[in-house]
Formats: sequence, C-alpha cells, structure tokens
Amino acid sequence: MAKFRGLIRIVWRSLRQHALSTLVTTFSVALAAGLVMAVFSLQTQTYRAFTGGNFGFDAVLGARGSPLQLVLNAVFHLETSPGNIPWRLFQQMQRDPRVELAIPYAVGDHYKGFRIVGTTDVLFTDFEYQQGKKYELKHGRFFDSTRQEAVLGSFAAQKTGLKVGDTFHPTHGLGTGGHDHDEDYVVTGILKPTNTPSDRVIWIPIEGVFRMAGHVLRGSGEVYQPVRGQPIPDAHKEVSVVMLKLRDPQGGFFLDQEINKQGNMATLAYPIGRVMADLFEKLGWIHRVLTIVAYLVVLVAAGSILASIYNTISERRQQFAILRALGARRRTLFTVIILESTLIGVWGSLVGFGFYLLIVGVAGIVIRAQTGVVLHLFLPQWIFLLAPLGIILLSALAGVLPALRAYATDVAQHLS
Amino acid sequence: MPDSAPLLTVTHLKKSYYTPDGDPLPIIDVPEFHVSSGDQIAVHGRSGSGKTTFLHLIAGILQADSGQIFLDGQEITALSEPERDVVRARSTGYIFQAFNLLDGFTALENVELAMMFGQGIDRQRARYLLETVGLADRLHYRPSQLSAGQQQRVAVARALANQPQLVLADEPTGNLDVHHAQEALNLIRRVCAEQGAALLLVSHDPAMLAQFDHVIPFETINRVLA
Repeated sequence: MAKFRGLIRIVWRSLRQHALSTLVTTFSVALAAGLVMAVFSLQTQTYRAFTGGNFGFDAVLGARGSPLQLVLNAVFHLETSPGNIPWRLFQQMQRDPRVELAIPYAVGDHYKGFRIVGTTDVLFTDFEYQQGKKYELKHGRFFDSTRQEAVLGSFAAQKTGLKVGDTFHPTHGLGTGGHDHDEDYVVTGILKPTNTPSDRVIWIPIEGVFRMAGHVLRGSGEVYQPVRGQPIPDAHKEVSVVMLKLRDPQGGFFLDQEINKQGNMATLAYPIGRVMADLFEKLGWIHRVLTIVAYLVVLVAAGSILASIYNTISERRQQFAILRALGARRRTLFTVIILESTLIGVWGSLVGFGFYLLIVGVAGIVIRAQTGVVLHLFLPQWIFLLAPLGIILLSALAGVLPALRAYATDVAQHLS
Repeated sequence: MPDSAPLLTVTHLKKSYYTPDGDPLPIIDVPEFHVSSGDQIAVHGRSGSGKTTFLHLIAGILQADSGQIFLDGQEITALSEPERDVVRARSTGYIFQAFNLLDGFTALENVELAMMFGQGIDRQRARYLLETVGLADRLHYRPSQLSAGQQQRVAVARALANQPQLVLADEPTGNLDVHHAQEALNLIRRVCAEQGAALLLVSHDPAMLAQFDHVIPFETINRVLA
C-alpha cells in the first residue's frame, strides 16, 4: 500500500510538473465525456418523452392528412393545424363504445407565442394526463365554459407574466404576429406544472374560439358566422382535433381501420407513441451523426492523452533512469505512465459531468421552451456509468505507447 | 561463498560495447577485484576508461557479457534484470556526479523514494539521514531551492536510505567547488563509516584521492587499458 502511495505521489508530481498539458488534456477528455453523456441522455430522454406514451391520450382524430402533423399539433402544440373536422365527428366519438374519453380542441389563436386551445371543462374534470394525475390548480379556478375566461399552463403563465385576474387579448394565428382580437379574456386559474407540453398552453372554453371575432365556422360545409346571444347550431360547429382515450388497443385497431382505411373524412393518428417513433426513426441519422461526432471527440481526447504524455517521455528519460538506478523496475515505470493516463481519464470523466450538465441544461431550456417537454438532468442512466468507465479504460490504453517508451529507457545512457 | 568472503568479489568480468558497424569494442576486462566490508576504496583513471561502466556492472544496471560479480555472497551476474533491481535497491547506494535528484520532489521525498524501492518508506530514518548530512532545516526544499553542495548532501542521504552494504560514488565531487568538494567527501566517508557501508569511489581529482588510504589506478584493474 505504501508503495502504491509512493507511485501515486510520483504520478501526481509528474502531472503537476506538466500542469498546462495536464489541464488541456483533462479538458479535452472532460469535453468528450460530457458530450457522450449528453448525446445519449438527450436521445434517451427526448425519445422517451416524445414516444413513451405518457400523453394521457391514445389517439388524435383530425383533418385528413398527416398523422404526424396531427400529433405535433394536438399533443405537442407545435406545427400548424392541418384543418378542421365537423363537430359531429366529435359527437360520434363521444358515443362510440370503444372510446373512453373524447375531448375536442379548437386552435387558431395565441398570446405572446403561447398557443390558445379551446376545449371543454371535461379536460379538467375527467382527463388524466398521467395515470391518476389530473390537472391541478396552483392558483384560482378552472374556467366557466360560458364566459371569456382562461386557465394557463404553468410555463405559459411564467413566461407571459399573466396572473389570476389579469386580462388579455388573444392574437390571431398560431405563431407569432397576427392581429389582436377585441375580446378580453380573464385569467381565472394557473395550473400546477405537469412537465408536459400542456404547460405551454392557454386553455379557454371552446365556445370562445367559435365566437372569436373574425372566426367563421364551416362545419356544415357552408360559412357560418356565430351571432352574439344566439346558440350555435351543432351542424355548423367544427373542431381542430378530437383527443381520444380508448378503452383498449383492439378498439384502436378497428377505429384505425374504419377511419384511415375505409373512411375519407378524417385521419386517426394512433397510437400516438408510434407516430412519434416513426418520426424519430426518420430523424435517427441526426442521432447517429451526433453519436459519431461524440465518439470522434473521445478518440481525439484519447489521442491528446497519448500525445501529451508521449511528448514528456523524452524529457523524463533522466527521471526514469534515476528511478531505475534507485531500484525501480521497468514495470514500475510502465505502471506510473499508465496511472498518469488513467488519472487524466478519471479527472476528465468527473469534470465531464460538468460539461454534461451544461450541455443538457442548455438543451433542456431550449426544448422546454419549444415543446414544454422537461428533461431531467439527474435522471439515473447507464451512460453515467458506462461513459466514464469507457473513457477511463481508453485513457489507460492511450498510456500504453508512452509507457512502453518509459519501459524501454536505457538507464546507463541517461545517467550522469 | 564462505562468511569470511569479501563483500564484493569480481572475477573475469567482461563487457563490450558495439560500434555502429556492429563490431565489439571491449571496455571492461577485470580478472579480479575485491571490496571488503567497511573498506573505503578510491579508483582513478582517465575519462572514458570504463570506470562508470564498471560501477554500473557492480550495481546491476548493466549486464556483463561474462564473468561473475558476487555481492554479499549473492551472484548478481546470474540474476534476471528485475532481481538485480531488487538487489540494487536493497544493497547498493549510488552517488552521481550530477546528483540526479528528482526535481519535483523535496529533499525528504527524494530520500523516501529510494526507500520505496528498497526496504520501504521510513520517514523517521529519512529525516535522520538528512539531519546527519546537515540538512535538518532543508527537509522540504526542492533540489532547485538547494545549493550544489546541499544537493549532493541529499544524494548522500539518499544513497544510504536502505542501509546498503556498498556505496558506489561516481565522481561525487566533480560538480562542486574545492571547498564544497572537500566537505562532500568528508561527509560521504563519515556517513558511510557511521552506517557501516563500504565505499567504492571513482574520481580523477588528485586532492580527493590523496585522502584515501586505499587508491587503485583503474588501469591495474581493467586489462583492456593495460
């Protein structure tokens, strides 16, 4: 043990003597470790978040077109709406025994970039965004479906600065810009964070979307302008999508057959997770490129360890010769160099966690702002163990060539 | 070897180097040489005569082409390199002309490093040795913070770290001025005597050689020079 401590002392002094080179090499290893952990963590977490089925809904019914666009629009509140479907399709779904829950969404407005979604209060009373978890209020109350009231997701409230009792004018359109509607909406409630895309949404009664000045309804195929004070006939109503929770997968299969294969009125995106998984598969090359880049950075880091230690060997020949003259065996010198490179790998891996936190932290802020999906920095993952172990092993291997040079030191030639 | 045998016995020792053309260049041919326990022997000879090679062979740093070296009854010429490393660490102390201290380590650590490969680190003894050579107040100084004379004192303490039976000193005063050279030589001889180690010193400085009772011209040992 005392001998090992002595070896560590030799290693430590040597690394300290070449502090700059040690620092630069450790930095490059840390960057590599951080990058590998970040790439894998981002891939795993985003894949899980976007495809993991933790959406509360099983399917999205919307206008004829791309299922992916439906899912992005209705579940992640991204992308434009592919169009509307008649209200009666929503009513059909409500009656369908295979459907446990059907909730209509109507979109078309935003406030400061945060999407306004018109829906029914069933979303708050019956819908579970995760098993056993319903939307909960942090402040205020849910909206009254007969009034111009709004409930804000936690992130939307935080970013817009709206509080309970504040009023705002919805802006027409789904992105930024557009003209402000004249209607005043009063904030009646702020939801607790759910760490889902819903945190970015401003919820209002669906009737409010129907009646927003400038909006027209084409549910019957003809243009209908709602009249103030008069009920809107169901035939004219239309919705952007109907969110569906199904009783069982078999029902989903048959619905898929009926709507997508035999019908031509609408598209059913089912199951949501598979639609997103298809997207990830299409975008898989991005992950592969990032992974290759991360591996290349690891190789470059290993190369920098090799080069930095290798370059010190010549100037350290005399040191090795002295140690050998004192009785150190060749294998002791070999061990010293391997320990040096391994120690750089250990330090680099530790500092690499800092880079990981930085990369995933920044990416998490962007992803949350864009999609509402929250990444967890400290979610335990195998990569936190495998990446450091792999990098430490590679660092040790990078020390082999310089270690062989040290091993081969000719004592007599380098002593004076 | 019987108990009454000398501490160091060299017989028929030969060593050649090879020219770039691959031709052997004999450098050592020592038919016989002895050092007894407690001896203090000085060897002198011209530069390039093979004195350092001779010491390296005795220390087991170099392997002889033929012949035998016995150190305290053990034939080191028959040992493998790792075995010679062990013998060198435990039984031999080496003092160099250029001191050869390790830069990144303090005086105390330099002595402890030698112990690490020999009998194991004994901080108390390392301190004692440095105190013995007059460096009690320089234990934690690095070589670059010490004068040449002080560095050589550390080297002396290091050479005796593992209580060796034989100390080999290769021009130990060559890098010192006259005053410090004299001090260093006195120190080496005194400490070796105190520690019970025989001393085989190589020098070409007549002033140093004059202080030894037992001075051997290297030409009389090495037949290559005859």
